[in-house]
Amino acid sequence: MHRLLSNKWTKVPVFLICLAPLATLIWRALTGRLGANPVEFLQHATGLWTLRFLIFTLTITPLRKLLKLPELIRFRRMLGLFAFFYVCLHFLTYIGPDQSFNLAAMWKDVEKRRYITVGFLGFVLLIPLAITSTAGWIRRLGGKRWQTLHRSIYIAAICGVIHYYWLVKSDVRNPLFYAALVSILLLWRLGDWFAKKGRLAPAKTEMNRASANAS
Amino acid sequence: MLIRRSPDLTYADITPKSVYLNRRKFLQGMGIAGVVGLAGTRLMDLISPSRDVYAGTKLATVKGPFSTDEKITPFNDVTHYNNFYEFGTDKSDPAKNAQNFKTSPWGVSVEGEVAKPRTFTMDDILKLAPLEERIYRHRCVEAWSIVVPWIGFSLNTVIKLVEPTPKAKYVAFQSFYDLKQMPESRGTGLNYPYVEGLRLDEAMNPLTLLCVGMYGETLPNQDGAPVRMVIPWKYGFKSIKSIVKIKFVKGEPPATWNLMAPSEYGFYSNVNPTVDHPRWSQAKERRLGEIFRRDTLMFNGYGDQVASMYAGMNLKKNY
Repeated sequence: MHRLLSNKWTKVPVFLICLAPLATLIWRALTGRLGANPVEFLQHATGLWTLRFLIFTLTITPLRKLLKLPELIRFRRMLGLFAFFYVCLHFLTYIGPDQSFNLAAMWKDVEKRRYITVGFLGFVLLIPLAITSTAGWIRRLGGKRWQTLHRSIYIAAICGVIHYYWLVKSDVRNPLFYAALVSILLLWRLGDWFAKKGRLAPAKTEMNRASANAS
Repeated sequence: MLIRRSPDLTYADITPKSVYLNRRKFLQGMGIAGVVGLAGTRLMDLISPSRDVYAGTKLATVKGPFSTDEKITPFNDVTHYNNFYEFGTDKSDPAKNAQNFKTSPWGVSVEGEVAKPRTFTMDDILKLAPLEERIYRHRCVEAWSIVVPWIGFSLNTVIKLVEPTPKAKYVAFQSFYDLKQMPESRGTGLNYPYVEGLRLDEAMNPLTLLCVGMYGETLPNQDGAPVRMVIPWKYGFKSIKSIVKIKFVKGEPPATWNLMAPSEYGFYSNVNPTVDHPRWSQAKERRLGEIFRRDTLMFNGYGDQVASMYAGMNLKKNY
């Protein structure tokens, strides 16, 4: 497993799998299977895949720690960038067919409709993350600052879930399902953080005592 | 020309379209030789959703008033893009889940503040008046729209028959509901049976259609078989489907979406581009088959027929 995950070629099939949702949509479009409202179909599909890829990205860290598979980290950037890719397509269905590429009308909509506001916020938050996803930017920012910046994916994921919840009419089962997944992933991080703090604190006092004794 | 239906033929006698189409399909199947042909039809079934699932039966009609000459939305779209939450909340759910919905025998009880309460069978309803084809615009509260050739006649035909008393000020409608036939209605966020209502003058308006068919046929199950309302100047959810009860009442009757979210779905719910849904704009709509949105018309373009009923009313308050 470790060898498979660290093989440089494993990224190729993962990349292709990440493209499968887009391939399916193109195939459906070509065979006239986007239903009676194709724009809405594409909008919903790209929105859902954005949310799913955000969740996949957020699953990497818990998974690599729980399964002791540190190599999984190699795939996180790709998954995150695919989330960004699908949100761009999602945004395109909005600015194009919905707003007829009228930026002023779009901005009014963003201001006025809370589900659009929160969705737009999530989209905007992902832009700097996509830009600074390269090794060069990690170096330039420094690991710590880079990591702090990239924690805004938590907010983006929460925005995505709220956006979904606020746009449905009465059947909230699907939005709640995704909200539950995001909650689990974020609560795990909170638990992990507390656990780490708990581990570090006694270790620090030990160290202090040791240094006090030494002097 | 007025084509009269043979009087001894009842609604239940009509051969469901699924049966005669299956027969035709079988004969077609005989003609296709070999495995290749069979594989071909299988593939076609996969690619394009099958159409032979409705109890559609040809109905003889006369041309009705108020028809638009706009392009009619394809039958396949109107039957595979439905909001009928009793059969599930996805637009494609009703086409799948309403296939075995039992619509015969069927009765509509007309009761309440009327001199002559009565239960109409489907046969009664089909014989009440010549069936008219009326091509109406239909605007959903979700900001999409369609153009449908409905079949039916003005509801006021029925209203005049039962003779409302002076106490009758509103009309309450109720849909059929049976959890056994509609298990997908669980968890959809609405309370059933679905109910709706109109003011008596709205119900009497000649535009208000008691609808028994569309596209020259009886209603497909997912479009509200066997009998529904069509109120073209109001958002689609007011046009209640699969009606079993019409009751004349003194006060404003409850309405399902209004009960679920009173601030979002008013009792009137007239199509109005200047009054937005709290969460989204109603200024524009997407006509199915089009990519960009078009402007929504006041009263969905039926102002000439209905605006006078709301003269002096604050439509922002009475949304």
